[in-house]
Order: sequence, then C-alpha cells, then structure tokens
Amino acid sequence: MSLARSPHAWKMAGLVAVLAIALLLPVIAPDPATTNVAVFTVMYVGLATAWNIMGGYTGYISLGHAGFFGFGSYTLGLLLARLGMAGGYAPFLIVPVAGLATAALALGIGWFALRTRAATFVIVTIAFMFMLQLLAENLVGLTGGGGGLSYPVPPWGGDYFNTPFYYAMLALALLSLAISWRIRRSKFGLGLLAIRDDEDKALAVGVPTRAFKLTAFVISAALVGMIGGVYGYYVTYIYPQFVVDPLIGISMVLMVFLGGLGTLTGPVLGAVILEPAQLYLAYNYGASRLYLVFYAAVFLVVILVLPRGIVPSLGRLVSDRRARAGPSAPAAAKAVAR
Amino acid sequence: MSLLRIESLSKRFGGVVAVDDCSLDVAPGSITGLIGPNGSGKTTVFNLVTGFIPKDSGSVSFKARTIDGLGPDRIYALGIGRTFQLARIFPRLTALENMLVPVRRKGLRALFSGAAWSHEKERAMEMLEFLDISHVASTLGGELSYGQRKLLELGAVMMAEPELVLLDEPAGGVNPALLERIGDRIRRLNARGITFLLVEHNMSFVMNLCSEVVVLHRGRPIASGRPAHVRSDPAVLDAYLGA
Repeated sequence: MSLARSPHAWKMAGLVAVLAIALLLPVIAPDPATTNVAVFTVMYVGLATAWNIMGGYTGYISLGHAGFFGFGSYTLGLLLARLGMAGGYAPFLIVPVAGLATAALALGIGWFALRTRAATFVIVTIAFMFMLQLLAENLVGLTGGGGGLSYPVPPWGGDYFNTPFYYAMLALALLSLAISWRIRRSKFGLGLLAIRDDEDKALAVGVPTRAFKLTAFVISAALVGMIGGVYGYYVTYIYPQFVVDPLIGISMVLMVFLGGLGTLTGPVLGAVILEPAQLYLAYNYGASRLYLVFYAAVFLVVILVLPRGIVPSLGRLVSDRRARAGPSAPAAAKAVAR
Repeated sequence: MSLLRIESLSKRFGGVVAVDDCSLDVAPGSITGLIGPNGSGKTTVFNLVTGFIPKDSGSVSFKARTIDGLGPDRIYALGIGRTFQLARIFPRLTALENMLVPVRRKGLRALFSGAAWSHEKERAMEMLEFLDISHVASTLGGELSYGQRKLLELGAVMMAEPELVLLDEPAGGVNPALLERIGDRIRRLNARGITFLLVEHNMSFVMNLCSEVVVLHRGRPIASGRPAHVRSDPAVLDAYLGA
C-alpha cells in the first residue's frame, strides 16, 4: 500500500516529524525568546491534555485546576527549601513527589466535589481553587504568604537557561499524552465516556461511576501538579495569585474546547495555537491586558462557530467527503477505535 | 423458591406514599408483568429494587440473598439488569461501544487494557445480529431511530449475562411491527433461561407475553396470577375503571 493511500502511514509519519521537531527545537532555535515561548507552549500542551482526561472524557468541567497547578508549585518549592537543595538538575527528580502530593489532595477534594454534577461541580471546583489561594496567602509561616516563595536558582545560564526546563515540560507533556492515549483506548476510558453521555445509565449497566470519576480526577490533577512544580522552578519565584491563577485554569479549558473536547490531539492543537498567540499579545500589549479580550473573543468564536472544536469538525468533514465518495473502509473495524 | 423476593417494601416522597407495604415474588424462568394505573408505583419499585433510590422500609432479596443497601452498579454485577422508560443509550458512543460498556471484567489490569477484546466484540456482534441491528454497529447511538435504541438498550443490558432483567415499558412508543420483534426476542431470551419482570401499559402485549401478572394499585399489589385470571378479577377492573 502506498503512503498516499494509507491514512495510518501518514499519521505515523506526521507523528514522527512532530516529535523530531519537538525534540530538536532548542537546537534549531536556541535563542531564549523562542525557547521561552516553547517552554510555555509545551507546558500548556501538558496542562490541556491532563485537564481533558477529566473534562473531556468524563464531561466534568473543572475550572479549578489552577488550584492543583499552584499546589504542585508550592509543594515543590517548599520541599526544595526544606531539603536545602541547591539549584541544578536534582530538583527535577523531586517533581514526582509534588505529583503524589497533588494526587492526595485531589483524592480529598474529589471525594466531596464529585458528589455534585454539572454546574454545581464547576462552582465547587472554583471554590476549592480560591480556598487554596487564600490558604497560600494566609498560612504565612508555611508559604511565606503574599511575600511569595523563592526557588533555588539553577547554576546554568545564558542561551542554555531555558533548555532543561523545555525538556522537563516536554517529558511531562509526553507523559500526559501517553496516559491520555492509553485511557482513551481502554475499558476504563470507555466507562468514562459512558459517564459523560449518561451517568445514571452507566451506573445501571455496572460502571462503578464514583471510583472511575475519582480516578480520572486524581490522574488529571497529579499531572497538572507536576507541571506546576516545573513551572515554579522555571520562574524561580512564586506568590499565591500568580500560580493559583484562575486564568491558568481557564486557559487549559479554552485550549481543549478550541482543539476538541474529549479528543487526543485536540488539546495539543489548542495549546499550540493559543499559547504563542497569548504570549505575543502579552509581550507586545501586555500593559493593556489585551490578551484577555482576545481570550474572550476566541471563546465566543469557538462556541458560536466550532462548538465541537477543530479536530472533531475536521474529522466530520473528512468522513462526510468519504461517505460521498462511496463506502470504503470496513465499518465494523472502525466502530470501536475512533 | 423465588428468584426475586420483595418483602414489605415502602417508599414515600414527602406526603405521597409511592410504594406501600408491597410484597411480591418473581419465579425463576418466568416473564412477570407488573401492571397498574399511572402513578401506582411501578417504576418506583424498579428504582428501589435496582438501588437507584433508597427504600424507607422492607427488604429485597435476590437468589435468597439480601441486596439491601447495595448501589446500582453492584446490583447489576450480581445479575439484575434493567432498561429505562424511553430507551436510554449512550448517544455519543457507537452502537457497538454501547454494547461493550456493560461487559464485566475482573481485575485492575483488565480495566486499563483495550476497550474491546475480540471475544467481547464477537459476543456483542452476535447479540446485535440476534436483534437485527448489526448493520448499525458503527453508527452513533444518537443517530439511531427510536426503535433501534430500544433494541440496543435491550441488547446492551444482556451483555453482562444477567439472570433477571427489569424492563420499563419495552413496548412504549413502538410501532406494531417492531412490537412483535421485541416480544419475540424477549420470549427467545426467556427460553435461554433469563427471567423478566416488566412494567407495561400495552395490555395485549402483557397478556400475550407474560406467564404471571401482578397488579399494583396505590403502591401495593391487589391481584396476581395467570393473565386470564387477573384480567377478570373485579378488584383489578375496579382499580382501572373505578374511583
């Protein structure tokens, strides 16, 4: 079968190309301005992908994931301070601990929050986020309060400064994607999609909905917490409103909606489109906070024009065209793995 | 020896007594019909038996073991399946995926492996063929006709091999040709050893299909027995026609 005829071969070739570019980016474009954009873009690829495991697959829209981001950030910073660890590569090895701590927190929050559904769940997650922000501000003895928390400064510098952070973010983004892919194709993932479609019906056919939702929530939060940790180390100084920032939570959601809710590649696409655009606007018109208007505009356009997101809309276009060209691929084979 | 035994079941919603000291038995291998005027508590009995709402008092046992206090997913795992009024299926999953959701697997590792093992897929396709809807296997649930959804829901609930299936209005809103097919498939599944308890308003459907009929009125049974016997019971006529 020739390459042009096989969508699978095309997909693999595309995947390898994208991965090669991602891995070689700091070599191709080593200037700090570019790698800085790359660090944040890859960070949001990871965040959006992790958020999608909960929001996309189970349909539970959390607007409070910035709470987990900030919690992971504070956990890593405090651990490094307590351990008296100097800047270097070793702090990256502590990142999974921040992930575990965030998972434990998400287990507790999810235990309560997942007793609610739909709009109530959204509001509960927002409330938890602001509670965490207030705690970070007021537990001055622990977190330093509004004065913020400093991370150790890495010993490397110059053009190379961003590079290790880029690879750390990339590793976490790839981990998120691998987990998201695995879940999407698993029996567990099918149960999550069933919950998204009709939770009571899912329960009636034996899906242990509470355990499934909680598992997805914890996995999603742990990934976001780890990314928050790397972020804190990258910016070297954090304070409550800066890491428990509602805009970070909104951004991941917007990226997923733009790219395609519940799809594997949608969150990646959404992040790659929106984050560089947001940084461009923030750096060039930062003082006016014009990017907030831009975000609102994108949200409106997505909801009015592309309510399903880019990836599902394109998929629909392709399958419609194929259907018009005549039936070809065996339908039963495509019935499960979409 | 009954497969399902309901004893002194009661449930009130505020001031309304929906189910009132209701006792009934479902014999293994039977197709038992639960009939009664609107608001007589039939669907509430279903919701109580399958653990969707908590009961006020009474007890339910399945195969001589109590299932009181268990959640719907656990009750389904024990072998009691149910369908809903107005056919509930997963609209954004394909028909085949709808069939695979109820399939049970043991162990954590099995949960994180592929969504469709080949023998599971085979069984699902067999069931779709049995119901004459295998041609829509890759169609999204939301794009199916109402009749196809009814059949799909029935097929999906069979995938975990339940011993007892509770059907809530299997004939509701269905055209006569499809009604015949649904009745025929229920009878054939019953011949394979599956017991049915069904709520239904279509009397000719109930009288033709059921081996046992229980009449509920104001939350409690007022008559039970063979269809022909129940039909001529004066208390039943009174409940349907009188005050």
